[in-house]
Amino acid sequence: MTVGLEHFLVLSAVLFSIGLYGALAKRNVVVILICIEIMLNAVNIALVAFSRYGHILTGQVFAIFIMVVAAAEVAIGLAIIIAIYRSRETVDVEKTDLMKW
Amino acid sequence: MPSSVPLAIFLLPFLSFVIISFVIRPFLNHKAQLSGYITIAAIGTSFALSLWVLAEAMRAPGHVLSMPAYDWLAIGDTVIRFGVTVDSLAAVMLIVVTGISFLVQVYSQGYMHGDPGYSRYFAFMSLFTGSMLGLVLASNLLFLFVFWEGVGLCSYLLIGFWFHRPAAARAATKAFLVTRIGDFGFLVAILLLYSKTGTFDIGQLHELALAGVLGGTTLTWAAIGIFSGAIGKSAQFPLHTWLPDAMEGPTPVSALIHAATMVAAGVYLVARMFPMFASSEQAITTVAVIGGFTAIFAATMGLVMNDIKRVVAYSTISQLGYMMLGLGVVGIGVAKGAVPLEVGLGLGVAVGIFHLFTHAFFKALLFLGAGSVNHATGTFDLREMGGLRKAMPWTFATFLIASISLVGIWPLSGFYSKEGILTQAWDHQRALFVLALLTVFLTAFYIFRVVFLTFGGEYRGKVHAHNGGAHGPSLRESPLVMVAPMVVLAIMAGVAGWLPIGKFLGAEAEGYFHPFSSAIAWISLLVGGFGIFLAYALYGAKWISAELLRQRFAPVHTLFSRKYWFDELYERVFVFKVLLDGVFALFQWFDTHVVDGLVNGIAGGTVASGSAIRRLQTGQLQAYGIAIFFGILVIALCLAVFS
Amino acid sequence: METGLTIAFWVLAVVSVASALAVVLLRDVFRAALFLVLCFFTVAGIYITLSADFLAVAQILIYVGAVAVLIIFAIMLTREAQRGSPSGRFRLPAFVLAVGFLITMVLVVTGTDWHVIKGIPNEPTTSSLAQTLFNEDGGYVLPFEIAAALLLAALIGAIVLVREK
Repeated sequence: MTVGLEHFLVLSAVLFSIGLYGALAKRNVVVILICIEIMLNAVNIALVAFSRYGHILTGQVFAIFIMVVAAAEVAIGLAIIIAIYRSRETVDVEKTDLMKW
Repeated sequence: MPSSVPLAIFLLPFLSFVIISFVIRPFLNHKAQLSGYITIAAIGTSFALSLWVLAEAMRAPGHVLSMPAYDWLAIGDTVIRFGVTVDSLAAVMLIVVTGISFLVQVYSQGYMHGDPGYSRYFAFMSLFTGSMLGLVLASNLLFLFVFWEGVGLCSYLLIGFWFHRPAAARAATKAFLVTRIGDFGFLVAILLLYSKTGTFDIGQLHELALAGVLGGTTLTWAAIGIFSGAIGKSAQFPLHTWLPDAMEGPTPVSALIHAATMVAAGVYLVARMFPMFASSEQAITTVAVIGGFTAIFAATMGLVMNDIKRVVAYSTISQLGYMMLGLGVVGIGVAKGAVPLEVGLGLGVAVGIFHLFTHAFFKALLFLGAGSVNHATGTFDLREMGGLRKAMPWTFATFLIASISLVGIWPLSGFYSKEGILTQAWDHQRALFVLALLTVFLTAFYIFRVVFLTFGGEYRGKVHAHNGGAHGPSLRESPLVMVAPMVVLAIMAGVAGWLPIGKFLGAEAEGYFHPFSSAIAWISLLVGGFGIFLAYALYGAKWISAELLRQRFAPVHTLFSRKYWFDELYERVFVFKVLLDGVFALFQWFDTHVVDGLVNGIAGGTVASGSAIRRLQTGQLQAYGIAIFFGILVIALCLAVFS
Repeated sequence: METGLTIAFWVLAVVSVASALAVVLLRDVFRAALFLVLCFFTVAGIYITLSADFLAVAQILIYVGAVAVLIIFAIMLTREAQRGSPSGRFRLPAFVLAVGFLITMVLVVTGTDWHVIKGIPNEPTTSSLAQTLFNEDGGYVLPFEIAAALLLAALIGAIVLVREK
């Protein structure tokens, strides 16, 4: 069976869903960040697949920029996590609910 | 005569008010007598100008001077004008108001000497005089109403002049509120007339009424509404309860406002609107009946009062009833066709206003006399007086002249004016004539009771004669500044009847001012004389014991002295039970539960829903994430399904 | 050629999904991070099957070389040995949501007609990518520069955030 566009897209969807579940269901903040990375990668796969099967390079360009942003975001996110860890001694997301009513 | 003269007449007292309020009272209060001088100067000038106006009016054809009107307010197509009416009625009223006001102000300089509110007193007196003059001169109902309220305000301010006395404060409030009830009817009538005719102008309304354009129930209701304002202001039954209590004010105030001018405003109003009243038989009959009834009603209560001012107050109410009666019976004659319309219009005004004219002088004099007696004895209570004719000869003489005039003995002024009313009543409404005649008897009796108790016999009070130079009452004649106005008024009370006022006001009818042409004059003289004789018998020579009579007729006496329990009726039953516990309680409930309930309910609802919704803010990051993605999912599904 | 591609795709797909699942379901954070690295590698492989060679190398350099290292550093600096990576209180709604999302996406993807142009040979894309980015009439230079500024901001921000006071 030849691998068509749908296969890549379904793969992207599966990875995205797994990342989504992890981002919403885990308590460790670092793990949440990891799952966000998984989601970003899934999106990248979809973009590059479109780029390949549509014969237009825009998808890959977009994917490059997503990678740039993802890297910057990870850096900042981890910096924040470390700052929070320093003041609160915890990385449990259920304990960081200062915006509660 | 330039058209600014009538305007000056009524603006000068206002100017005096402004000067006293804004210049003297704040800055020159240590020289308070300046207020008196300014007021007297302003009102004196107004009086001189009024004489000029009178002279001009006497020469003018039909006694009407035409005056320009100024556009005051324009709303869309409607223009409200401010104009001045100068006819014989206005001219006479101007003389009365400015003249008596002038004399009272002079008197007040002596009476109010040393009072800490001296400037305030004269400021209010100026304001009152200005408003009264404005009322008399106004050519449309709107401005008349404005000045009507103005005099009501000044009455309140002056009755409650000694506001730190609770009785005075209560009396002022009572006066204002009771007259308000009447004023409400007046306002409704004005609005009714405006809605039906589109004009406030009195001249135009008269034309419409006489032409029959404005007629039927509208006219009747409007006339009754206007008369209700007059009932309130002139203290007729059933709104009579405020005037006796208004005696808490300083005596010059009672003389000016509650005898000569403000209470006469009601009579003036009916006279001014007489063409309208004459065109509606029900309205004018109401006027006559209420006037006649009030006359005898008030006279009965005056019989038993122990306070000089209260007796004179009831006398005022009674005499005002006479004036209304005079206007009313002529109107009845017109309505029945016994008197032709053109004649009747002038005759009615003449009869009523002539009595207003003479009454102003002798009633003001009675009050000033009472004030003079108070100045000497420190009291108004009849039981603590007596024998004052020796100590206060001038006061005695002028008071006696006023009393004789009040009873209507020839040749004093009261005789002529009362004659006019009694004659007309005999001609057109016999039942009311009987009431009026009985009232003559009662009037004679009560006023001479006062005369004998105050000036006759021996002194029963506590003040020592010749208290030296100390402040406080001493049994001697009042100072010249108080006696001189009283003398002037006494002269007027004597001669006013001989002036051709009636003819000037429009009475061209024959049989009028020929007093001895019918038997009525003799009958009233006899009745009056009998009243005086009876008073002498009880209180002068004491042939019959007044005490014994009181005990024999105790229930009647109680009825009179408790004022027929009208005060209690109004206050306890009407105000407390009906209004406060009934209507107002309902409004209160509505306000608290519905209005406030609605507002508080909205607020409470907002707060409640807020506290419910705020629980959404859990602070849990992942909860927000789930919500976001759930929303995205829904959007995606919608897009997938619906496109 | 096609079969090679097919086999490569399926292997890489299964491994990436499995490693992603491992990241999410493992209790030990460090092991999860390691499986994340594996996932990144497989994604790079998928890029190669899609003939995006530059992207594949960039993926390895950036994600494996930098992001994964950063994450491991963060794990080490925020050690909660006892707790590790437990499941939160929202696991059921998250699961439902994720499954729903998956089903929706799969249905959409398979139900759409994609108008794919058939039979195009695979070729390396690095040079054409460079040409697209730095085209004569501007290309994507502006976003490129903005990305550079973004990285600078992130750099400074991260340093400021974790400074010792």
